[in-house]
Amino acid sequence: MSVLVDVPPSLRRLCGGEVELRASPGSVADIVGELSRRFHGLGDRLCERDGNLRRSVLVLVNDEDIRFLASHGTSVRAGDKLSFVPAFAGG
Amino acid sequence: MSESQGFMRSLKCRECGRDYPLGATHVCEFDFGPLEVAYDYDRIRKVLTRDAIQARPRSMWRYRELLPVAGEPTVGRQVGYTPLVKADRLARRLGIRELWIKNDAVNYPTLSFKDRVVSVALSRSVELGFKTVACASTGNLANSVAANAAAAGLDAYVFIPHDLEQGKVVNSLVYGAKVVGIRGHYDEVNRLCAEIAGKYPWAFVNVNMRPYYAEGSKSMGFEIQEQLGWRIPRHTVVCMASGSLLTKIHKSYQEFSKLGIVDATPWIIHGAQATGCNPITQAQKAGLDFFKPQKPNTIAKSLAIGTPADGFYALKVMKETGGHGEDVTDDEIREGIRLLAECEGIFAETAGGVTVGVAKKLVAQGKIPADESAVLCITGNGLKTLDAVVGHVGETREIRPSLREFEGLLASMQGAMATA
Repeated sequence: MSVLVDVPPSLRRLCGGEVELRASPGSVADIVGELSRRFHGLGDRLCERDGNLRRSVLVLVNDEDIRFLASHGTSVRAGDKLSFVPAFAGG
Repeated sequence: MSESQGFMRSLKCRECGRDYPLGATHVCEFDFGPLEVAYDYDRIRKVLTRDAIQARPRSMWRYRELLPVAGEPTVGRQVGYTPLVKADRLARRLGIRELWIKNDAVNYPTLSFKDRVVSVALSRSVELGFKTVACASTGNLANSVAANAAAAGLDAYVFIPHDLEQGKVVNSLVYGAKVVGIRGHYDEVNRLCAEIAGKYPWAFVNVNMRPYYAEGSKSMGFEIQEQLGWRIPRHTVVCMASGSLLTKIHKSYQEFSKLGIVDATPWIIHGAQATGCNPITQAQKAGLDFFKPQKPNTIAKSLAIGTPADGFYALKVMKETGGHGEDVTDDEIREGIRLLAECEGIFAETAGGVTVGVAKKLVAQGKIPADESAVLCITGNGLKTLDAVVGHVGETREIRPSLREFEGLLASMQGAMATA
């Protein structure tokens, strides 16, 4: 069983128009690495040059912000949902 | 103004500087950085003068060249130009030489500064051809979207945390907006709205219309400068939810000084949060330029954003201007509300209690020197957050309709005052 990855509208063009992808279980960093190898240009969108995730991207595992968990080391198991959401605000 | 884009040049990524057309989009495709409106300041300089501004109606639109609409505004033309009150009694209580209250608790039509951002976002939405508008909100924004959309004949959907104050819920429903309560906190409402905004062709004022929406906050800063007699205040205290208002007040000071409308005297901007949701002030006090997200737990629900999108930029402004971040507990928030009400006759919502409470602390700590001058930005009206103060502001004294009973009561009240 795979991890389900929600693709936000702004990344769908790079991911062949897919709304949802499947990836192998592992850490958030592992999955970002796998997706970056599969989809050209995706890594640049999600990560800074030093490989860290961009501060303008919220990464959620089962709707929980990974900054409340173990950041990019957060473990994502089979059947879990991983989402990338651009940060924004309101009030 | 040019019909197609007025005095706007483009949308520009705040991270990488890439330009985008002036459409309904809010993040950079390359790095997810937020987009911001870029203006043609050379053209603006030729037309926007003190005289030109003073000849216009008293609303936020008197600064329209610096607001992101292509033509004349069509929504919220009466918004803004709220009072700037010289608060001598509160100044004495706080121990500062000079104090001003910028009172958006009486902004038109929904009694919060959100009317500023919404009138810009909806005017631009109409220009871009949208018929349906929406927002994720902690309450005040929902009220403003609902009211301004009703007046403009637009359909409105507002998404709010399910446990908001009753006043804020009713103040959205009454305008006929579709109000959706989400069983989660504001950050979860925000995430859901990001999904919805990607699927439905709606103008989400704080998602795909955010670059325009956020610029509306600058008008509060423009008004402060004009009402102070065309000068920049030495200190400004601003409450922070996403942190956007603080950054836009700063931008308003930068723009007016850059255009020569005011002298570029140094200014300091301080940020205020509730202790129960203080990701930005906690980072500022620790000397960090990034924040750790929080799960909010505060009576200041309008500031309860645990993952503030402009937190990084608000920290940068405080650092650049020499400002401080401070936060206050729920009891200190209520005390701040009472102080403002008892000294100045202004009933602010919980966010206003945060601003007053933080200003009091900053003066006591010497971070705002007692011999200087400050402006406090009050962003919303206390009638919307009655739940937060009920039981904390005294009680009615009840008597029968008898003069004797009244005089007995009066004697006991005066006796109580004399011993207090």
